[in-house]
Amino acid sequence: MSTENFEVKAYPEMWAELDMDVPRFDKARQMLGEVYGKMYLTQANRPEKMAYFDNMVSEIFGGRIKEMLEVKKTGKPIVGTFCVYIPEEIVVAAGGVCVGLCGGSAGSIPDAEKILPRNICPMVKSAYGFKAGRICPYFQTVDFVYGETTCDAKKKTWEILDRLVPTYVMEIPQMKKARDRTLWIEEVKDFKAKVEEVCKSEISAADLAEAIKVINNKRKALQRLTALRAASPAPISGKDGLLIEQIAFYDEPVRFAEKVNALCDELEQRVAAGIGVIDVEAPRIMVSGTPMALPNWKVHNLLETAGAVVVNEESCIGTRYFKDLIDENQTDMDRQLAALTDRYMQIDCSCFTPNDERIDQVLKEYRSSKAQGILHYSLQFCHTYNIEEIKIREMCEQEGIPYLSIETDYSPEDVGQLQTRIEAFLEQIRG
Amino acid sequence: MHIGIDLGSRTIKVVAFRDGELVDQQLVESGFDPYDQALSMIGRYDAKKIVATGYGRHLAKKHFAHEVITEIKAHAIGARHFFPDCRTIIDIGGQDSKVIALDQHGKVSNFQMNDKCAAGTGRFLEIMAASLGFRLGKFGAAALESGNEVAINSMCTVFAESEVISMKNRGIPVKDIAMGVHLSVVERLVGMLNRVGYGESIVFSGGVARNPCIVQLLQDRLGTVKVESNPSPDLVGALGAALHAGYQQEV
Repeated sequence: MSTENFEVKAYPEMWAELDMDVPRFDKARQMLGEVYGKMYLTQANRPEKMAYFDNMVSEIFGGRIKEMLEVKKTGKPIVGTFCVYIPEEIVVAAGGVCVGLCGGSAGSIPDAEKILPRNICPMVKSAYGFKAGRICPYFQTVDFVYGETTCDAKKKTWEILDRLVPTYVMEIPQMKKARDRTLWIEEVKDFKAKVEEVCKSEISAADLAEAIKVINNKRKALQRLTALRAASPAPISGKDGLLIEQIAFYDEPVRFAEKVNALCDELEQRVAAGIGVIDVEAPRIMVSGTPMALPNWKVHNLLETAGAVVVNEESCIGTRYFKDLIDENQTDMDRQLAALTDRYMQIDCSCFTPNDERIDQVLKEYRSSKAQGILHYSLQFCHTYNIEEIKIREMCEQEGIPYLSIETDYSPEDVGQLQTRIEAFLEQIRG
Repeated sequence: MHIGIDLGSRTIKVVAFRDGELVDQQLVESGFDPYDQALSMIGRYDAKKIVATGYGRHLAKKHFAHEVITEIKAHAIGARHFFPDCRTIIDIGGQDSKVIALDQHGKVSNFQMNDKCAAGTGRFLEIMAASLGFRLGKFGAAALESGNEVAINSMCTVFAESEVISMKNRGIPVKDIAMGVHLSVVERLVGMLNRVGYGESIVFSGGVARNPCIVQLLQDRLGTVKVESNPSPDLVGALGAALHAGYQQEV
């Protein structure tokens, strides 16, 4: 597909039915298409199987929404989330759709700043703005939003968001003691009850077992992709890797896993033949830190435009989402929910204290991805990642790992400064 | 000839070498059309290789430069030319302030830059000088005449300007406020130095190294650590680029 004829497809009638601000949203759609064309379709040596994911971007505001509306018609729940701690297996077990909602664009922030304070996380503002401005078809499709308590900005924004769309909150503890696990299991049960309430039927152990397999398979496919990115020369760009991790949050999970595996088959052939997207001399960078929600490709684009290749994302939209699997051997509901909770408790988000397992995990992924440097990425006002950065930096100093930390938001105003920093970091690695 | 051009946010600098000898140097305001400005500056040379650095480096690469390097690398090469044992560089330009650490061979081992706002940069000093009625060239000397320092708390240029205006209107002498402005820049700089770490001597480059008040306050804060500059600190980046052009040629 060439840059010229790529577009994000328009579905104005469906959008009007979803009570969206159609003229405004249509502009955002065109802009996304242009940006995607420039950033993605101009890349050299892309794997052929990326065509599916290009199409997922093309249909992001149309085809995929249609599929979700079909599911909704049958009375199954459509649940919107903002965090990898919300167990999607439960929604899938109910026959529903769990979707990670929009929150990666500067375009919706002015809508949010009409009511929310300016000095809070751009992701939270962007997300709220998408609902307030009626410019996200996913937000317009969900039955409810299930938030969580992983940061103060989110926790308090849910109260305000609830005025626009029913919003429930899962309490995520801040420590990982036995009593926190007890609370967590109760919270998971409340979530299941809410999902069952919408679809007016109970989830069986067999349903849940099947859903656990489905989501495990999706996570395994992403693990496989990550392992292939360790090859040198890198068989796929970091931008494409990130895009796939972003699409994982809105695609149908069975089909998505199939397509990722099909791509991995192609990448395996590339690795065997020594074919890469960039030559072996390109500096290999691992990105670690806060999530990059679609269409936030800012840092990857800067890195790869400067001649590097991103080989790993240690992030919620990245390995934190798929590094752990749920034990598939449990057959009764209580044990399944316990196994599920145990898996979710392994996620090493900086909202926990202490959280030293993340520092070990970053080092482990640095080694397994065969990166040559770590770029720590923190969104502005994300206090927990910003402070935990100190420990990541200390670890890198101790291990002699080239390291750059940046704090930024979605605006383009600091691109010049970031470009200088990133190029200097690459000069440092190239020596 | 080997040409280094540093297209900075406020000024464009050019340094030209022939057979390893520095034969020409220029410094002009970037103006509204930095590309035209840059072209007219380099037009007079018979250039074998041009290396560009600074914010406009990619624009230069697109049109006439053979290679780009970042300001960070350029300052590292330039500072080492004058001070061969240098391990720490402070560079305050129009739009950023940086602290660069070098290893024993002169390679960049670590660096820090200010965040995206203008606090602690040359531009910050320029705006504050204007709001206090000083010409930029006299601002540092005037601040040194202050008998009483005041603290500027705002880190943001826009807020700091309001703070300065409210101080003026409380009747605080402008020289004291000027001293406060300089102190706030040095505080930030020392913070960055502490993050990167530094040794026995520091090379100060960039246009702000001409400001005697910043140099003295920095020296006071750092005690026995020696703060040194070459006579044309604003040309260090362009010089580094020119030297890089020369090295590459020899290889």
